[in-house]
Amino acid sequence: MTPETLKAGSRLEKILSAGTFCVTGECGPPKSADGSVIVEKAKLLNGYVDAANITDNQTAVVRISSMASGVIAQQNGVEAIMQMTCRDRNRLAMQADILGAVALGIRNILCLTGDHMSFGNHPQAKGVHDIDSVQLIRMYKDMRDEKKFQCGEEMAVEPRLFIGCAENPFGDPFEFRTLRLKKKVLAGADFVQTQCIFNIPKFKQWMEMVRAEGLHQEIKILAGITPIKGAGMARYMKNFVPGMDVPQEIVDRIAGQEKGAPQQEEGKKLAVEMIKELAEIEGVAGVHIMAVEWEPAVPDIVERAGLLPRPTVA
Amino acid sequence: MITAERKPFEEILGLLEGKEKVLVAGCDTCVAVCLTGGEKEAEILAAELSIKAKEDGRPLDVDHISAIRQCEWEYLDAIAEKVEQYPVVISMACGIGIQSMAEKFTDKLVLPAVNTNMLGMPQEHAVWYERCAACGDCVLGDTGGICPVVRCSKSLMNGPCGGSHDGKCEVTGPNKEEIDCAWQLIHDKLYAQGREDLLLRYTPPKDWSKSSSGGPRKMVKEEAKPV
Repeated sequence: MTPETLKAGSRLEKILSAGTFCVTGECGPPKSADGSVIVEKAKLLNGYVDAANITDNQTAVVRISSMASGVIAQQNGVEAIMQMTCRDRNRLAMQADILGAVALGIRNILCLTGDHMSFGNHPQAKGVHDIDSVQLIRMYKDMRDEKKFQCGEEMAVEPRLFIGCAENPFGDPFEFRTLRLKKKVLAGADFVQTQCIFNIPKFKQWMEMVRAEGLHQEIKILAGITPIKGAGMARYMKNFVPGMDVPQEIVDRIAGQEKGAPQQEEGKKLAVEMIKELAEIEGVAGVHIMAVEWEPAVPDIVERAGLLPRPTVA
Repeated sequence: MITAERKPFEEILGLLEGKEKVLVAGCDTCVAVCLTGGEKEAEILAAELSIKAKEDGRPLDVDHISAIRQCEWEYLDAIAEKVEQYPVVISMACGIGIQSMAEKFTDKLVLPAVNTNMLGMPQEHAVWYERCAACGDCVLGDTGGICPVVRCSKSLMNGPCGGSHDGKCEVTGPNKEEIDCAWQLIHDKLYAQGREDLLLRYTPPKDWSKSSSGGPRKMVKEEAKPV
């Protein structure tokens, strides 16, 4: 793609457009006004990922906003993929924030429904849910490509955005998961990051359905990876995290090691093995590594998966 | 129907603190059907208040009455004589009935004895489920008769989120009870009807100005207005 044909001109877009196997990471903002936490996380990820998701009040817990954190990450060498949930903002705020984010240099956006308020630290909050994630994708696409606000009014300068979405290949109804991705593609999504994958056979089955619909030709698919830090985390994800599919043999494999460093090492090994296996699947354009509060593991995993050095872009 | 739950007795006592002459007003329509605020429940609350006052050694003149519908003027006229005898009325009707009482009997202190909670239906005996958000723009024709606005925890309009698992929502009820995933139900129904193409159709952002977001709503039936 020439610079003129790029939609946003972000590093993420350039790498994916070039067909290079992409690596994205994740950076969760802190539950305080301490911006140095983002600086430290960005330093850890810099050079090891092509861009990093900046979560938006993840698990419905209040943190530094994804826009502010994204700007801090970018000031520290890590391109941001700013997350935007439908839970906390109505269409006015979503449009205002994206204009502001782009004005501050953010180029990638991830459109999400958002975890429900009941999971977070303000369960009494009123959920907004003015529009849903599919409508959010379309709204941003229309802002970018038609220079139009959701109401139809025109704007002078459009937000040049690389638009992402999430999909859970392990959610139900299973066969509808591909259709939902198709809806997101039709709405205007440029890339998708999947829920973390532990059940590779099921993911392969989902990818087969995705390819049957030709969706891998129309959207860049980043397979989600979460390195497991210990057996407790594996069991927690298996039993308590909505939409997760953690096979028992994964839990057993981690639990088979001594607590602490040996379990962590097994978790990293597993992540590396999975990245290599996912990279072989037709239509997988990269991996999205969500090392939840375990960012220091990312450089090692990326290196051992043979994904260094990360490409430079013009 | 409109459903409501009685407020905790302690809260009701708090509302009535220092009051010596109180009328408990039931309503024999929705809140009677949901076993919360009909004539029988009004009589029970009046008795509870009377016993409590005796226990506490406080004077309390309390009685009860019930209107066929507290939300219509003509039925309030029917209970006006009794209401006039009391400075304080604690209403067991839904929020509409309570406001009608307050609007009709302007010199009375009208208090709520219930929390109005939803437009629901009794799916099984003595169990009600929310079914309608009164959003002002019904989509049930495209969703197999299952409302995504109120039955999906996130009011999604374009299919289930990633938290749908085995037909259940990621959100649970107040007592951790499971909630059906509305989009699983919609999905299954549309497939059963051979209308699954609707699942792939993009539904644009909803016009919430037709709901309470547009400000307090008003409905006028011109053809039914007296000439």
